[in-house]
Order: sequence, then C-alpha cells, then structure tokens
Amino acid sequence: MAGVASNPAKRQADMMTALKEAAFAALVTFGLCIPIIAWGTRQNLDNQLVLDPRWDAVAWAVAIVFVGRFLMALRQQKRGEGKSIVRLLPHGTVGFFQRHSRIFSLFGLGFLLTFPLIAINLAGWGGALKWIDNFGVQILIYVMLGWGLNIVVGLAGLLDLGYVAFYAVGAYSYALLAKNFGLSFWVLLPLAGILAAFWGIILGFPVLRLRGDYLAIVTLAFGEIIRLVLINWTDFSNGYAGISGIPRPTFFGIPFTAADNGFAAVFGLEFSPLYRTIFLYYVILCLALLTAYVSLRLRRLPVGRAWEALREDEIACRSLGINTTNTKLTAFSLGAMFGGFAGSFFAARQGFISPESFVFMESAVVLAIVVLGGMGSLWGCAIAAIAMIGGTELLRELDWLKQIFGPDFDPTKYRMLIFGFAMVVIMIWKPRGLISTREPTAFLKEKKAISADMVQEGHG
Amino acid sequence: MEVFVQQLINGLTLGSIYGLIAIGYTMVFGIIGMVNFAHGDVFMLSAFIALIFFMLISAWLGAGLIVLSLIFVLILAMFFTSLWNWTIERVAYRPLRGSFRLAPLISAIGMSIFLTNFVQVVQGPRNKPIPPMLNQSILLIDSSTYPVSISYKQIAIIVTTVVLLAAFWYLVQKTPLGRAQRACEQDRKMASLLGIDVDRTISITFVMGAALAAVAGVMYLVLYGVVNFADGFTPGVKAFTAAVLGGIGSLPGAVLGGLLIGLIEVMWSAYFTIDYKDVAAFCILAVVLVFMPSGILGRPEVEKV
Repeated sequence: MAGVASNPAKRQADMMTALKEAAFAALVTFGLCIPIIAWGTRQNLDNQLVLDPRWDAVAWAVAIVFVGRFLMALRQQKRGEGKSIVRLLPHGTVGFFQRHSRIFSLFGLGFLLTFPLIAINLAGWGGALKWIDNFGVQILIYVMLGWGLNIVVGLAGLLDLGYVAFYAVGAYSYALLAKNFGLSFWVLLPLAGILAAFWGIILGFPVLRLRGDYLAIVTLAFGEIIRLVLINWTDFSNGYAGISGIPRPTFFGIPFTAADNGFAAVFGLEFSPLYRTIFLYYVILCLALLTAYVSLRLRRLPVGRAWEALREDEIACRSLGINTTNTKLTAFSLGAMFGGFAGSFFAARQGFISPESFVFMESAVVLAIVVLGGMGSLWGCAIAAIAMIGGTELLRELDWLKQIFGPDFDPTKYRMLIFGFAMVVIMIWKPRGLISTREPTAFLKEKKAISADMVQEGHG
Repeated sequence: MEVFVQQLINGLTLGSIYGLIAIGYTMVFGIIGMVNFAHGDVFMLSAFIALIFFMLISAWLGAGLIVLSLIFVLILAMFFTSLWNWTIERVAYRPLRGSFRLAPLISAIGMSIFLTNFVQVVQGPRNKPIPPMLNQSILLIDSSTYPVSISYKQIAIIVTTVVLLAAFWYLVQKTPLGRAQRACEQDRKMASLLGIDVDRTISITFVMGAALAAVAGVMYLVLYGVVNFADGFTPGVKAFTAAVLGGIGSLPGAVLGGLLIGLIEVMWSAYFTIDYKDVAAFCILAVVLVFMPSGILGRPEVEKV
C-alpha cells in the first residue's frame, strides 16, 4: 500500500488504461448503433417506409457508454488496490434484517394492513384509488404469483417458464363459470385453484423427469399452447376479443354498487368506487399471506424437506428412496394452485380478460421476481416485486420528464426495456438474487445462516 | 400431388430459415451448455438491420441492381449482427460463466426482453413493410388446377443456405478454429490446458451463430417483405424446437430438424388448419423432449455423478 497517492506515474497509467477501455467500449457502441439507432424507419403518408437519420441519439449513446465505462474501470482499479469501496449498504445489513426478521415481518404486515388508510390520508379520497389499485393491488398480485412460483422454482428447484398458463386457467375458470353459471366469487376461488392444480398435474406428469433447462423450455411450450388454444378456440373463450362483463366480487352477497342494496347504502355510507378497491386490496392481501403461510409451513413438513433436498441434489434424493416424480408433482401442482387463485382474483378485479394478458412476458416477469429476489426467500420475492412492479408503475408518474425531453417523451415506453436490462444487471451483480443467504430448515442446536457461497442449487 | 410438391418447396424454404437459426442454438448449447434464449431476438434484430441497410443501399444503387444490393445487405447484416451478439455474450453471459446453472438462462431471458423492447423503442411498434422484390417465378408443373411454381426468392434462399452450410461445415470440420471449437465442446478445462483460448473460442461461436442468424434474418425479410419487433419469439422457439428435434449439439441435426419443422408447419397448414400451426410446433417440441430427449442425430446424455 506504500504511496498509492504519491505515485502519480501509476495513477496516470491507471487513467490511461481506463480511458482506453472506455474508448473501446464507445467504439463498440458506435458500431452497435450504426444501423439500428442511426436511422429510424417511419411510414410516410403514402405508406412507404422512409429513413430518418438520428445521429444525435447515437452521439448520446456513445457518450453515455464512454463515461459509464470510464467510471467503472476506475472503480475496479480502486477495488484492486484495496482502497475504501463505496458500499450501498453498511456491512452486515442483510444479516441484521435476517436476525430480526420476525420484527420486520410484523412491521411490514402492519404497514400492509393500514396501507389503504395511509393512502386515503395522504392522497385524499380521489387520489387514493390510483395508489391502492395501481400500486397496492397490482404489486400484491405479483407478490402472490412470485410466492406461488417460489414453491416450484425456489423450493423444489424446477424452472417453470410457463407459470402464466395456470394464471390463465384460473382466470378463465372464474370468468366462464361466473358468467355462464352465475356462481359466486367465493365458490369459484377454490374451484379455480383446484382446476389449475389439476392442469398442473396433467402437464407436469409427463415432463417432470426432464432436467433443468429442458423442463424450462417444455413449460414454456405448454404456456404458449394454452394461450394459442385460448386465441383460436373462439367458441370456448371468444378468442382475441376476450371475455368482458365478468361479475365482480361482492361483500358476502352485498354488491359494490350505488344501488339501494349496495355496500354503501347498506352500511349507511356515501357511495364511492373506493370501497370495492379497498375490499379487493384486502382479498389479495389475504390470498398472498395464505400463500406465504402455506409455503412457510410446508417447509417444515416432510414433503417440503424433500423439495429442498431435491433442489440440492436429485441423485442423492433418488438413492435415499424419495419418489422424485411425486415430490416434483406436488410442488408443481401446489404452485399451479396458487397461480389459479391469483388468476381468478385477476379476472374478478379486471372484469375483462383476453389472451393478451397471458403472454410469455408475464411468466418471465414472475420468474424474474423469484430469481432476482433470491430463490426460496419470501422476503426477497416481496422486495423484488415491489422494486420491479412498483418501479415500472412509478414510470407512469414521471410526467415531469416531458418538460426536459420534450412532449414526445413517454417514460412508460421504456418500462420493459429497463426491466430486461435490470434482470441482466442483477444477475451479473448478484447471481443468486438480492437475498442470497438461506435460512436452514433443519439444524443442530443453533440456527446459522448459510452464506451464498455454500448454496449450491441447480446442479441436480 | 401438385399441392404436395408446392408445399414441399415452401416447406424447404421455411425450413432453411429455421435451420440457420437452429445452428446458433445448437452451437451455443454444445459449447457452454446453455439455452441462448435471446437468439430469436438476435434474428429479429438482424432483420431490422437488413431492412435499414436495404433501404440505404437500394436508394444509392437504384432499383435495377437488386441482387447486388442484397449481397451487400447480407454482408453488412452479418457483420453488424455478429457485433451485437459478441457484445451480448461479453456483457451478459461471460461474467456468469461458472455461476450456478440457471443464472445464464435468466440473464438470457432478460437480454431477450431487452432486445425486443429496444427495437420497439428505437424503431417503433408498427410493421415495417418493404416493396416486394424478386417476384418472378419458374413454372415447374403446368397444371390447370394447381400450377406448381418456384419463385426466384425461394431459389435464392435455398441456394444461399446450401452454399453457406457447405462453407460452415468446412470451417468447423477442417480448420484449426473449428477443431478448437469441437475440443471446447468436449471438455473445456482440458482444452484450456492444451493452450486453447476458451473465452475467445466461445466468442467466435456466438459470432458465427449470429452471422447465420443474420442470413436467416435477410431471408425472412426477402421472403415476407415485412418485419416487426415481436417477430423474434416464435421463430426463435421453433428454431429451438428444430435444434432439439435434430439432437441438440449436432450441427447436421440442427439443419435436418429445421427442414423437418418447416415441412411439418407448412404441411399442417395446407392439410389441416392454419390456426393451430404454432400449436403443432410447440406440441412437437414437448413430445420430442419427453420421449426422445437426445433427438434424431444427438448422442444420448450420460449422467455423471
């Protein structure tokens, strides 16, 4: 460490290497930008494609990459010298949270229970609808989907790229049965879950002996098959047009309408659409907590232990006499069941569903939440869902950016772009997800956190 | 009979495109054991690159020299798509080598989402049509009920595929580069002990896969005359199906699988219903993976403990 600062020659050399790397990255970026950014294609009034040169955008991209790469190179050099590294969180933060996870769980639960009240107090009756619906309900749906998929991916270690298929099964079961047979939400919610679990067994049985990425691709194929059938079998599902006018859930028989027998009139309140949203918020909160509770309890049961053992080493499991197919099948169908619950809630909340809602991208988003949160960690899933879904919802709120970039600038266009980029960046930064340490399920005398280096999932 | 011959020609054309994309999947899977999920989107990107260069070059050369401008477009698209795939490998996959198994797959899915939306943002969400070209065709069977013809486009596509595959086969089988590649495929650690630069070989594999995907992209543009930012997903999955059907890791298998998938898709549309042609492709994928995971020409995988 002698004289790091007093060695100008070395610093200059460092600066030169960083500059060289930055220049190389900028050159590559320039190459990447040449056709695809430098000319924009646009249809003119005669429906012919014309090219608009956009060299200013190329210049911006090259400049941003140059500066970014330069700073990164400098940072890496400093890390190599063992100088003070800028940390985002002080050392041991994650460990602190994990030791006191009970307190934080209670705190989080309290916040979730009072969230509608807080929103009403802060944003007023008019503004609260947006916050509860777009942020509260939307994020909780993804938290629930994430926790459901967590059983399959995080606990049993089966990569499922077609989770949205079960979400679709749940949504269409509710929509069709409620519309055609007039059954209520509370009857159909378990039924949708059972149907989705049933489909999970049907689809899972033949494919669960495949390993890792093959299983992923087959589940992707199943997800796409279900979507394509929903599009093409118009007699059954009304195709692309979707199903509208799905009955909305009632408060144990009392509808949320402005009528005399509506919720507001019965309880002597002034009518507001907010009541339905708040009710839906608590329904999805209960469903999500049920998912979390079930997956926490299942980890203590023999089948949960078998899942985790299976994730760590499939061959060892087989030699210890665990029926791997059945064990995988339980995880797959339980995950599917929670997907079905979430799906029927989604149909009830939207009042309209179409195959457009069940594209592969949804599966990828849910999987991203599970993996980025750290597979197997409920907290990680919740944090990832809040960051990814809440973050992309926040982009809708960034209207002030229009004043900087001009009126054509639409931040929501960049939603999925940022999402995909964030997936890559988080994978490189933390390949095992945000919360990568594990709580041991079985332990001798005292519980020790398992560090990320010891976690060896995905080798089976 | 006439219908069958016509569909055979159409199927072989489509199958050539799938086969060229499938080679990219199969080579990457063979060498680093990962499903390069973003490959379909690289193909879509190459079609966009080809579209832009085609417009630039045809405006410069004039409409008369369409074959010459297509050759230029092909070379430029191969170069720039390779640059993209090289960068993708460098940024998104190389840091994850040696990480746990699912990490590169997740990163590839992220990259796929990124590429789709990147193209949507920079080029707009609408279909991009170009004026039809090479429209003449040769009448093969002169029948009053169902004349069978092969268009110049189809001839160009099939000939280009055959020529490129021959060149590619030579590259992999007869040159030191191909030998290094096959060595890395068998045992990466041993290859690096013997002085092969493994990282460089893997980069070259991605570059080669992208170049072939770019050829497929140019062909797709010529054949259909229209491209959209979402066009990468379905051909990508079908090409992956082709790679699996032929036996993943096997290059002749990828081409064979591509031709089979193209034929099955076209025949299915002609004789059954066009609505369910994608369902047919996905069903084949599931059935092949479940009952024949090593494919037609692949080696059965031995599980080592």
